Amino acid sequence: METNTNIPQNENTQTSQKIKMECKNVDLFYDKFQALKNVNIEITENRIMSFIGPSGCGKSTLLRSLNRMNDLVEGCTITGEIHLDGQNIYSPQTDVNNLRKRVGMVFQKPNPFPMSVFDNVAYGPRTHGVHNRSELNNIVEKSLRNAAIWDELKDRLHKNALGLSGGQQQRLCIARALAVEPDVLLMDEATSALDPLSTSKIEDLVIELKKNYTICMVTHNMQQALRISDDTAFFLLGEIIEIGKTKELFTTPKDKRTENYITGRFG
Amino acid sequence: MKNKPLNKRDLSISTILYRIFTFLGIALTILVIVSIIGYILITGIPNLSADIFAWEYNSDNGSMMPAIINTVIVVLLSLIVAVPLGVGSAVYLCEYAKTGNPLVKVVRLTTETLSGIPSIVYGLFGSLFFVRFCGFGLSIISGALTLAIMILPIIMRTTEEALLMVPIGYKEGSYGLGAGKLRTVSKIIIPSAMPGILSGILLGTGRIVGETVALLFTAGSVAAIAADITKSGRTLSVHMYALSNEGLHIPKAQATAVVLLVIVVLLNGLSAVVAGKLTKSKDKESK
Repeated sequence: METNTNIPQNENTQTSQKIKMECKNVDLFYDKFQALKNVNIEITENRIMSFIGPSGCGKSTLLRSLNRMNDLVEGCTITGEIHLDGQNIYSPQTDVNNLRKRVGMVFQKPNPFPMSVFDNVAYGPRTHGVHNRSELNNIVEKSLRNAAIWDELKDRLHKNALGLSGGQQQRLCIARALAVEPDVLLMDEATSALDPLSTSKIEDLVIELKKNYTICMVTHNMQQALRISDDTAFFLLGEIIEIGKTKELFTTPKDKRTENYITGRFG
Repeated sequence: MKNKPLNKRDLSISTILYRIFTFLGIALTILVIVSIIGYILITGIPNLSADIFAWEYNSDNGSMMPAIINTVIVVLLSLIVAVPLGVGSAVYLCEYAKTGNPLVKVVRLTTETLSGIPSIVYGLFGSLFFVRFCGFGLSIISGALTLAIMILPIIMRTTEEALLMVPIGYKEGSYGLGAGKLRTVSKIIIPSAMPGILSGILLGTGRIVGETVALLFTAGSVAAIAADITKSGRTLSVHMYALSNEGLHIPKAQATAVVLLVIVVLLNGLSAVVAGKLTKSKDKESK
């Protein structure tokens, strides 16, 4: 298997090209089933990396390994190393709660807590010890602004979040994730349950967010990967078949299987 | 293909029979409930008089006031013991124990067995263990502890079911923000499961209010307000049993039945209101 893990330096971005997260020889098993096979990947700071591939190819599994959400799955074992800023997140010294604070996650189905908009956004900061009311007010406003939903919700901060529309709920969940000031934001098919208008709002938002965050997303929608991501990794049966800059991968795929997938011959 | 006519087809015999049977089923169920409640109300209401609410019981007035107060005390004591234990073990089973942990199987089997045991067996156990072995005697505390064991499986079961109903997304959302297990359980999972947990507690309360035989063996049937929890005292159902058993105050027993019925209906109504309030308050302003 040949993988191209080098991201060229001549991209016309002014941002740094620091490697934020890195997977080294990652194998992952659900009991006896091997869901990831020798995965090596580098995720660069302030860029959007998208994982594409057919269902069950391991892309969500890898995403959920990046903040150890797979720890919650019984019978899940992982070998190899995943680094965040050069530190192995699977080493015994890692504080998982701190890791998840730095590597936030937005889920496929919007999952606001059954409480007010304000309490939803404040949940993370409160978890990490912020209780000062004015400080919380600032964090909530800033997070909602960053998630481009402040104007819609500023008069409804104390209404239950479950009353919002699906698209608003998902942007609220993004705000909630941003409120703990993560470095990396993982998005697991974050728009697949939403209508096209909400999807496009979130896509614009994600492009805006990459200025300050490193974003890694799983998507079933290849047009979406093409529209917003800088780098793309194509997964098949637990392996990374091809990885590279999105435009190159979609226009001149090096692997026949990638070409078949992106031209819609399977998956 | 020829279109079928849009007219209704003539009813076949089996359809007619089916309709008759379902109607009979509904009619019978309603009839039973209405006749029980009707009987209680018709025989009981004329016997409701001021003297059965007198503070002191004597063989003349057959007052139920001491029994009402004892009932409240027994309910509170039993809940104080059973709720933390039941909710705590349910949380442990659902959120902490690993699947396949042998302890989980043992605890589940135990609770299932406990919930199937007739209340007379609880009464005998309470009588042997709390009354004799622990030396509490026939007392409110013996009765309350026995009933606590009896309602423990109910509370555990309903709490467990309520916890399992909490959407996985809430848990993932909380863990994903870096919250630990304790915070996730206490701030997200238990509050979301609260209506279910409360309905379990109220079910248990209903069971306590309606229990007779287990209390007869453990709390005794003294017809006075228990001065403290080591004294014997009868609850409302025991009071009713005693009245009708003695045969002297059948009308008073019927009046007691009305009060018991009202209490049970109020409890059920309360549980509905509480559950509704909890879900509604989430829609309103939380500040």
